Amino acid sequence: MTSLTKKLALAAALAVAPFTVQADGHATLNYVLVSHAPDSDSWWNTIKNGIALAGEQVSVNVEYRNPPTGDIADMARIIEQAAASSPDGIITTLADFDVLSGPIRDAVDQGIDVIIMNTGTPEQAREVGALMYVGQPEYDAGLAAGIRAKGEGVTKFLCVNHAIQQPTVGERCRGYADGLGIELGDAMMDSGTDPAEIKNKVLAYLSANPDVDGILTLGPVSADPTIAALEENGMAGDIHFGTFDLGEEIVKAIKGEVINWGIDQQPFLQAYMPVVILANWDRYGVLPGNNINSGPGFVTKDGLAKVEEFAGEYR
Amino acid sequence: MSDTTQTDERIKETSRFRQALIRPELGGMVGTVAVFTLFALFAWDSGMFAAQGVMNWSIISAQFMIIAVGACLLMIAGEFDLSVGSMIGFAGIMIAVFGVVLAWPMWIAILVTFAICCALGALNGFIVVRTGLPSFIVTLAFLFILRGFTIYIPQTIERKTIIGGIRDAAEGDWLAPIFGGKIGQPIFTWLGDAGIIGVYERGTRAGQPVIDGIPMLIVWAIILVIFGHILLTRTRFGNWIFAAGGDAEAARNSGVPVNYVKIMMFVFTAFCATVFAVCQVMEFGSAGADRGLLKEFEAIIAVVIGGALLTGGYGSVLGAALGALIFGVVQQGLFFAGVESSLFRVFLGVILLAAVILNTYIRRIITGER
Repeated sequence: MTSLTKKLALAAALAVAPFTVQADGHATLNYVLVSHAPDSDSWWNTIKNGIALAGEQVSVNVEYRNPPTGDIADMARIIEQAAASSPDGIITTLADFDVLSGPIRDAVDQGIDVIIMNTGTPEQAREVGALMYVGQPEYDAGLAAGIRAKGEGVTKFLCVNHAIQQPTVGERCRGYADGLGIELGDAMMDSGTDPAEIKNKVLAYLSANPDVDGILTLGPVSADPTIAALEENGMAGDIHFGTFDLGEEIVKAIKGEVINWGIDQQPFLQAYMPVVILANWDRYGVLPGNNINSGPGFVTKDGLAKVEEFAGEYR
Repeated sequence: MSDTTQTDERIKETSRFRQALIRPELGGMVGTVAVFTLFALFAWDSGMFAAQGVMNWSIISAQFMIIAVGACLLMIAGEFDLSVGSMIGFAGIMIAVFGVVLAWPMWIAILVTFAICCALGALNGFIVVRTGLPSFIVTLAFLFILRGFTIYIPQTIERKTIIGGIRDAAEGDWLAPIFGGKIGQPIFTWLGDAGIIGVYERGTRAGQPVIDGIPMLIVWAIILVIFGHILLTRTRFGNWIFAAGGDAEAARNSGVPVNYVKIMMFVFTAFCATVFAVCQVMEFGSAGADRGLLKEFEAIIAVVIGGALLTGGYGSVLGAALGALIFGVVQQGLFFAGVESSLFRVFLGVILLAAVILNTYIRRIITGER
């Protein structure tokens, strides 16, 4: 037992060591960013890098927390925990308003500043008493994508949804369908998150529905296997293909004209801006007068240089 | 232990102290002390031991406890249930479908959900004892079957995977507060007024205590632990549980209804999962198709940290409760200590391994096996 205690003490000491911060005239500010993403979601790497960079530039501590399996009820507990450790601010997503509004409200009432990022709406952010909302309104982004796809000749589509349990992500498919002026019907596929499964489900769907001429994927998780599927059945470059969010494979596919465009919600801004805004609010009492829309931004073959350089890191 | 008036030369003499010390939950006790000591050293002033922090890790531990009690008794009876996590998600969705979509009174929705889930538990058990298949396989199948229905049913009925509005539907119900309510509010109000615990600084509840009661979740955890402990150590049925898991064939020959015991334990595990789910949906007001992922493993980990044997026939409910406490305190404590959250699993793995090694050593002392 003593050896266990020693081991634990040593490990804890090692883990806590890097968290001592030098003061530079400011009182040290501590912020926590709570996301709803499971460990397996690589998209949130950009967020981690964004808060690290912002924390470094404005000299504040920012920690990243997430529920390992993406269970929103676990996320609520994490927000409660963050509030209990009295940070100066909490940056969080509103993945499920019913579940998260209570804990967030409690944190706000305790005097902790909250900024809502990524998921949620400006209205919901106001309702829980947050300072502001930084993100991309999902339905509107989907609608814009649908209108654009209609102009590019899409008549029947498949929407590959890898996060069926998150209603906000599904809004993208709904907006896309409305933009095209088509009923969503069963065009939204619950693909799961396993790459091999996604690939084979897309292959099966396309062979069963040969008249599908447009695909929308909702992020790298569903886009990468879909690219592989299209390369396998020879539809790559032939079928209209739009996707949300960017990743290395997606950038390559835009370059190779397999994907027509990617919608960038610029996660970097969703992570970076709240940290800077909170720091300035805590230090100087200044706050922008509006919510910040980080997207949608269509990334086509023409604007790829910067995206390529920082794909998966800051883009 | 009853006092024997005359000494029996067949019974080995051991000192009272040793008897009191050498029990299945010893490992859990040592671990609990170690974990609390560790966090007292590293996270004393982080808010972890203020009222709000204590409530935070207590709730997490209570969640683990509720499912660990069921998993513990089932594991002592020699079986596994991997469908606990899916059952949690399924039960939540059932309540939402009955109570919100079909708008039944909430108490009927809750009771029907309990009936359905316990029946599913019985079906699990029935398939296991009838086919003789390992419960690992049967319940793995149910993990997928239930998760599939949990996603399919709300998608088909409501075209979404999260159904909200449960809190409004449960308004004024007599049964819902037994799962989602809080007790002891006046005490906490007094503590808040006296400045002993933190109060809200702003908003509509300014001046009210941040912790305004003990959630029923914690009460349920305590009730289930006491019930499980008494069942296991003070009743004939408890002996049957040990016998069924220790050597099913020998137990059958001496007249223990092994199949009945095992099926009942599957039902109890499903019951515990449903309690977890009802408390969760009543607190958060919505049911989601992805709730409870991997919770079965968290239950098993708590039980194993608490000294139970994976092969059955040995373990203790108190140990499992301590295991759940250790698990909850470590998980939340690492956040308070400011440790990078991805390292949490590393600690968990180390603790699990250390606990199992320690428990094996203790068990050898108790049972005299080599």
